[in-house]
Amino acid sequence: MPALSPADWQAIELTFRLCLYTTIILLALATPLAWWLSSGHSRTRVAVQAVVALPLVLPPTVLGFYLLVALGPRGFVGQTLEHIGLTHLAFSFEGILVASVLYSMPFAVQPLNEAFTQLGRRHVEVASALGAGPLDRFFSVILPLTRGGFVVAATLTFAHTLGEFGVILMLGGSIPGETKVLSVLIYDHAEAMNYDAAHRLSLVLLAFAFITLFIVYSVNRRFRATQP
Amino acid sequence: MTLQVRAHWRRDAFELDVDCRLPLEGVTALFGRSGCGKTSLLRVIAGLERLRGVEVRLGDLVWQHDRQFVPLHRRRIGLVFQEHSLLPHLSVRDNLLYGYTRTPAAERRLHLDEVAAMLGIEGLLTRAIDQLSGGQRQRVSLGRALLTSPRLLLLDEPLSALDTQTKREIMPFLSRLASEAGVPIIMISHAPDEVERLADRVVFMREGRIERIETLREALARPDSPLFDEDGPASVLEGTLQAPADNGLRPFVTPAARLWLVGAAHRPAGHARLRILARDVALALDPPGRMSVLNQLPVTIVRIDPPADGRVTVACALGDGQALLAQITAWSAQTLALAPGAQVFALIKSVALID
Repeated sequence: MPALSPADWQAIELTFRLCLYTTIILLALATPLAWWLSSGHSRTRVAVQAVVALPLVLPPTVLGFYLLVALGPRGFVGQTLEHIGLTHLAFSFEGILVASVLYSMPFAVQPLNEAFTQLGRRHVEVASALGAGPLDRFFSVILPLTRGGFVVAATLTFAHTLGEFGVILMLGGSIPGETKVLSVLIYDHAEAMNYDAAHRLSLVLLAFAFITLFIVYSVNRRFRATQP
Repeated sequence: MTLQVRAHWRRDAFELDVDCRLPLEGVTALFGRSGCGKTSLLRVIAGLERLRGVEVRLGDLVWQHDRQFVPLHRRRIGLVFQEHSLLPHLSVRDNLLYGYTRTPAAERRLHLDEVAAMLGIEGLLTRAIDQLSGGQRQRVSLGRALLTSPRLLLLDEPLSALDTQTKREIMPFLSRLASEAGVPIIMISHAPDEVERLADRVVFMREGRIERIETLREALARPDSPLFDEDGPASVLEGTLQAPADNGLRPFVTPAARLWLVGAAHRPAGHARLRILARDVALALDPPGRMSVLNQLPVTIVRIDPPADGRVTVACALGDGQALLAQITAWSAQTLALAPGAQVFALIKSVALID
């Protein structure tokens, strides 16, 4: 098999960066959100949960279209950014990063929500009574007891961002080094009848996806087995 | 020290409406049926429910008032729940030390060795949580709460998840804890025998309200006490349990009387409480002759309650003023012409050292 071209490597590096940033940002956002979702049954929570899950059922092009409208030069967000001296977000790495965060949100929130619900509140209340403040409680009680949920959330987010295509194409186009991620590059290769290159990259993605899911399922099993 | 609580809390069909000042010495029991608001009141005191219009003060400390709210982790309250509250990812030792290490060094009054010894858990320190029995878990929970040197201990039915045997194992620790640790305790309970064994004061709750606050003695002195709902009227005698005598029985001594107890070999000598059900007490006008009933005490009739179901409850006083209730048939009371002031003999068929 011939080696990957510099353009392939550039796409791999870009994709990896996008996935990594998305995962970090999403864990930071999804943790408090999932905690809030799991601590009650109000109407507002149900509504928020539904909004978070929207990307699961919407065609990616719909999400991509709305984002293009909102983040582009004439959109509300894009215009506001330009007003304060920044640039709009269409056809940029920052733009597809925002899109990825929204697109992969359910894959971070759902496992954490489940883990927090299963954890219950008893242990956290006990830790409070024993003098642990909110951050202390998170690191000494919540995180160790829901580790499995965090591993699953991180891996699924990373893997799902890897498979993103429609949203990026709508919002980011295909700019090398900026928005041309692996899935887009494979599409370009196939369009150009460059099947060998498409094969190579597809194989890389296939292998990666399998390994990721393998990790998720084995963590899931172990987590279940060690549940108190 | 006084605990002052004012709270109005409506949620669905439930309403908690409390405005009280609790003197906190020794053990205060919150007693009532399930759903009467005991747990809600406990959660309000702990600050686990952050509600508007709630006021909670412990002595001079303001825990909640208007906008002021001290979160639970700054209140230094020891909380013990019914079950499953040990942190499963930590060993027994790390569970015990979780609160201790988070307590400012200057505030630590109790230390690992003495607490472990007091609760008999020295041998368990290196174990994982899932290697403990239910009773051991509850003792570790108690120890962990104590090691924060709390200002107040809140126990939410700490014994209700345990079987009778295990309850017996824990009860002595709880009563020792109440007397030795010097921490005021508020304990939720729906079991009269627990209250009678442990409490100094009882808060009776009903439908989200506090009906009354009484000392245990007052609570046991009125015939309609909710403590009597299950087993009928009962009395509690306080006294000293002594070492077994030559006859193999253990004397229980009050200033006015001595009773003989069978069994109870495992109990150390010292202060103890006896629970005597009124239906196990008979009355005689003359000193009984030879008979099998060991415990016969001279008493004075104080009050005879109106008959119910053909029985009357006769409240008697021992020489030292402690109350002893006897339940006899209305017919017996009539034919013996029992009346307040009469000197009679109480024959006690069975007593329970409450543990």
